[in-house]
Amino acid sequence: MASAHALSRTFTIKGRDFARAGSVSLEIKEILRDLGIDLVIARRTAIAAYEAEMNVVMYAETGQMELSLDPELIQITVVDVGPGIEDIELAMQEGYSTATDEIREMGFGAGMGLPNIKKNADLFELTSTFGEGTSYRIITYIDSTGQP
Amino acid sequence: MSQFFHSIRIDTDKCDGRMSCMRVCPTQAIRIRNGKAVIVEAKSIDCGECIKACPNGAIVPLTDPFGDLGRFKHTVAIPSPALYAQFGASILPDRILAGLKMLGFDDAVDLAIICGDTSLAIEQFLEEYNGPKPVIFNACPSVVKLIQVKYPQLVDNILPIKLPKRLAAREIRERKSEELGIEPQEIGIFYITPCPAKMIAIKQPTVGGCYLDGAISISDIYGPLLSVLESVDQSSYRESLESVCILGIGWAVAGEMHRTLKLNNVLDVFGISEIVKTFDDIERGKLHDVDLVVAYSCQQGCVGGSLTVENRYIAYNKILRLLETLEKENIEACRTKREIRERYRNKCFHLEQRYEPRPLQPLDEDLGKAIMKRKLKEEIYDLLPKIDCGICGAPTCMTFAEDVVTGEAQPSDCIFNVPSKLVELTRELATVLEGVGSSDRGREWTVSQGKLKK
Repeated sequence: MASAHALSRTFTIKGRDFARAGSVSLEIKEILRDLGIDLVIARRTAIAAYEAEMNVVMYAETGQMELSLDPELIQITVVDVGPGIEDIELAMQEGYSTATDEIREMGFGAGMGLPNIKKNADLFELTSTFGEGTSYRIITYIDSTGQP
Repeated sequence: MSQFFHSIRIDTDKCDGRMSCMRVCPTQAIRIRNGKAVIVEAKSIDCGECIKACPNGAIVPLTDPFGDLGRFKHTVAIPSPALYAQFGASILPDRILAGLKMLGFDDAVDLAIICGDTSLAIEQFLEEYNGPKPVIFNACPSVVKLIQVKYPQLVDNILPIKLPKRLAAREIRERKSEELGIEPQEIGIFYITPCPAKMIAIKQPTVGGCYLDGAISISDIYGPLLSVLESVDQSSYRESLESVCILGIGWAVAGEMHRTLKLNNVLDVFGISEIVKTFDDIERGKLHDVDLVVAYSCQQGCVGGSLTVENRYIAYNKILRLLETLEKENIEACRTKREIRERYRNKCFHLEQRYEPRPLQPLDEDLGKAIMKRKLKEEIYDLLPKIDCGICGAPTCMTFAEDVVTGEAQPSDCIFNVPSKLVELTRELATVLEGVGSSDRGREWTVSQGKLKK
């Protein structure tokens, strides 16, 4: 993705920084708007990015989110340093959550994050090393017929 | 080319380019070009923040002049309920309506009663609704426009119910033309408006037709009205307080529209910056358990409109006290729920069309070129001082970078000694632009006043 028609941006996400939570996915949304990405695709991507960002904020110490984009696809990768996920299959189930009461109080941690990413992505890969961290790869395809 | 009507104009004789308007604009829709403010029409949502901010009164709303009543055989004023909050606490709506008649209107009709009807219709609508949630209240035209421009994915959430002033005007025109035996077009119906945004709905209704002939700003009519209020004879208006509806008066202020409705979960939001945060959350799917979001672009609601006179907090307080008075005196002029249900079933309240999205133009229609331009925009931004001084004529360094990329500004407009790298980038930009089709400029700007610099 190093060509002139490819764009790449890296953002740092700080764990527990709830005051700024959501700002990275908001910036991604702005970029997609500048590019005139189809509204539905842009919204799906922004939601997936937001959920991944919130996961880093809620559970990890720190994380890097990278947006890379070319005329065919939008790829978001997140690598975080944190507790990792013990049982990915379980974590992918709707309603399953390891969130603390404090996070639930804030209206998060309903166990919908990962399923929501899956729902909004064309391709979603999740890898994790328990005790070390989690990586996400989220891809949405830019269907040329979907261009506005 | 002006695709959309805007209700704000810049008086270039009065404007001295002080940038107050540019700095407060919540959608970065103002630039200073050749020392004068210009409005980027595609970005403006007509919220009127600039009107309030301008120290010279150089930003003028395109309301109708008061006194232009002669061209109609019969004239009717329908004031926004916000007008009721502009005078002392002892001056009640009935007296204000009577005062409007003394100013030369043949009739003055309370809009609150229709607002009350509409509130009941909204209750009915939400009861049966099963579309995307939350529903977003449509009475504030700036909010509707903000959605169309910046949150086009949310247009289907906008409440598809007709606005009270439109319902009222239609009803009045039909009734009066029959009563007086004159042609419908011989009746002039004027809305007394608290803000310029409501003008758009009259001059260029986004959805459906409009039945109003003009709008007069509260600030224009305030002085004349105040001077006649003293002399309004009490006997001449005694009956009209009976036609003021509690349910409807609440439309003038934030948080009271749904005062007596049976709605489960309503969120009230005021001020564009807070609305933006709320809409971001809605886009993320976070507020799907909320039934209705009542958003007003002005703080405290319509009483805070840029064409009002009274301090918005005092005006807000007056509306609350008026509501209490009406409640205590048990004045309830609204039609019965059953009557409204009947009309609702007959589709009296439903908008015939949906709201259309009007997203901002991308940096380029061609995605590959848009990507290149976006990268250039970021590279240019990196070279700028990032202090948002505004001297280049753009409100922020980021908007300036965008203006350079879209060809609306030159790198040399930045007074800081930008490194030669920027010039290099601009040359790169030129090759991008020349790459495919010479007329391809990414986006086209129209300005309401003055010319954009080449």
